[in-house]
Amino acid sequence: MARAVEQLSVGSRVEEVAGWGRHPVARGRVERPERLALPAGGEPLVPRGLGRAYGDAALPSHPGGLVLESTRADRIHSFEPATGRLHCEAGLSLAEILRVFVPRGWFPPVTPGTKFVTVGACVACDVHGKNHHRDGSFGNFVDRVTLRTADGRVVECGPDRERELFLATLGGMGLTGLIVDVTLRLRRVESPWIVLETQGMASLDAMLEGLRLSAAHWPYTVGWIDCLARGADLGRGILMRGRHATQVEAGTRRARRAVPLRVPFDAPEWLLNPLFMRWFNRLYAWSHGTALRRRVVSYDAFFYPLDAVEHWNRLYGRRGLLQYQCVLPRAAGSRPVATLLERLGVAGAASFLAVIKDCGPASDAYLSFPMEGITLALDLPNRGAVTEALVHDLNATVIEHGGRVYLAKDAVTRAEDFARMVPRLAEWRAVRERWDPARRFRSAQSVRLFGDPG
Amino acid sequence: MKIAMVGATRGMGRALARRLAERGDALFLLGRDEADLGLSARDLEARGAPLPVGQARLDLGEPAGFAAALDAADRALSRLDALVVTGGLFARQDELAADPARLAALLHANFTGTVLLCQQTAERLAARGGGLICAFGSVAGDRARRGNYLYGASKAGLAVFLDGLDLAYRERGVRVLCVKPGFVRTAMTAGLPVPPFAGEPDAVARRVLVAMDAGRHEVYAPGVWRLVMLLIRALPRAVLRRVQF
Repeated sequence: MARAVEQLSVGSRVEEVAGWGRHPVARGRVERPERLALPAGGEPLVPRGLGRAYGDAALPSHPGGLVLESTRADRIHSFEPATGRLHCEAGLSLAEILRVFVPRGWFPPVTPGTKFVTVGACVACDVHGKNHHRDGSFGNFVDRVTLRTADGRVVECGPDRERELFLATLGGMGLTGLIVDVTLRLRRVESPWIVLETQGMASLDAMLEGLRLSAAHWPYTVGWIDCLARGADLGRGILMRGRHATQVEAGTRRARRAVPLRVPFDAPEWLLNPLFMRWFNRLYAWSHGTALRRRVVSYDAFFYPLDAVEHWNRLYGRRGLLQYQCVLPRAAGSRPVATLLERLGVAGAASFLAVIKDCGPASDAYLSFPMEGITLALDLPNRGAVTEALVHDLNATVIEHGGRVYLAKDAVTRAEDFARMVPRLAEWRAVRERWDPARRFRSAQSVRLFGDPG
Repeated sequence: MKIAMVGATRGMGRALARRLAERGDALFLLGRDEADLGLSARDLEARGAPLPVGQARLDLGEPAGFAAALDAADRALSRLDALVVTGGLFARQDELAADPARLAALLHANFTGTVLLCQQTAERLAARGGGLICAFGSVAGDRARRGNYLYGASKAGLAVFLDGLDLAYRERGVRVLCVKPGFVRTAMTAGLPVPPFAGEPDAVARRVLVAMDAGRHEVYAPGVWRLVMLLIRALPRAVLRRVQF
């Protein structure tokens, strides 16, 4: 009965809104409609999905601003079993796609480190995954995006239609229009299982070489780096590479029902250090040396280890965390990566674990994050001004070597620094100016980085 | 099963329809917004419902149209054997109190319309040997609260009807299930203060599915609300008068 909701004139209440890093925190009026539409009257708004962006990408531009959450607009329009083409509403999550389509032999073409993201957000952030070196980012598998633009029109864009708008929308952080529908191509897989190989790497150069060698034969590669290691051990860690298992390899394995763990409340800040230390040391001991181990694991264990722990971000305490992710061009070599790791060591503020990954060629999308080179991601427990200063310090190194940071993670980068990282920013701004001259779509991040009205 | 659904486009109905589709039950959607019905029909087809998922217009406020809608469902499903009604109207107490027309529409759809539809369907099902009727009441119908007794009254009346329908028709093969959701986070309850024990639509759907298959006549969802309402029903009136309830 449609009237149920239309008649409900209960105004949206002001609530606290934060990214996954839980810093910063803003106040906004959150609406979660079952069909995505723009409110009458032209009020500015920020689109939001499942809130997995770490920083301020999905926070309102001003206190009490409108936040349009897409998660209830999650219907599938069609699926073509012959081609894997999935046409769906923007609020559909990868978790739901996996639940429905993995049993039928289909997998998301690109997935970030959490499955609790919406398809709309995958487009808006042009997300990448462990297969970036081979397949590129999410946008490579998107055929069509339907937008509600600032003037209220429904506009379809894609690689072959309204191409500039399409390229501005991929990685455009939802600022070109409200993403309503998406058509993407799923990937055929033989089984829900992943053949995983892990190998201890003694140094940064060994890790980078390992990633390079694995890239030729493995669709999924990634490294975990022990940030506590110094000197000759700098950059040591574990290399992981995986591929979808064949039916024969999967055998008669049956998925075990995952027991969801949960962090019930904020951890005190002192807890973090010994806990993570022990955890990592055990992990390292397990994989110590250069022994190669091969196993067959579930796709959840391989792609989404942290999703098994609900609210794991609470481990960082009430003040939350800043996630830092940058990419450095291949030409810069391993030196700047080592510099970043050393800086973190000196600051003593680092997480104990960093994720490292080699990226393939950049996409044509103006603001898309990945570029051919090395990307590094790590958690920085938020300690206020010290942590922000550290980010600016890391940014200086990144700018010096021609790299950039990932907007889905960022909360503090300065506008002038971001402009120096992204040479195509002016092109993106020009397209946005055409489609949304009044900046109807704006966020705390776009106020910070693009000078939008607050 | 071959199920006609009223309210499958939204909230708990949407979640329940998806669970039914995924296990291969044949579905037929009834509701007022034909475009919205079409969107949900395609969604359910993509999720595994037998093709095609048909649809017809039905307004719980217009009982004159029920027979035609049920006929359409019968034709499409080649005789339905279950009816699920999750649809209904909702509004805040102050809005209903201030607007008699709106209150009348709500009472008419949630009680009169739903009763007429279920009664008519029960007769059809009994005549062909049996089936299932599942309709959504509410914990708001278990005990009056000054904050939502108008909506609660429509659901209380419905619950008594469903209880009786089950008694009357079970021996003719018609099982009747009354679902009593507690507070569930849906678009319907958006903007309301969220109490403890709030549930999610999909968890409700899974619980309802189990109750349907088990032939239960009543189910609370989330399950903890059965205990909560047991306590609330036992509260002396003097206490209710004193606390803001």
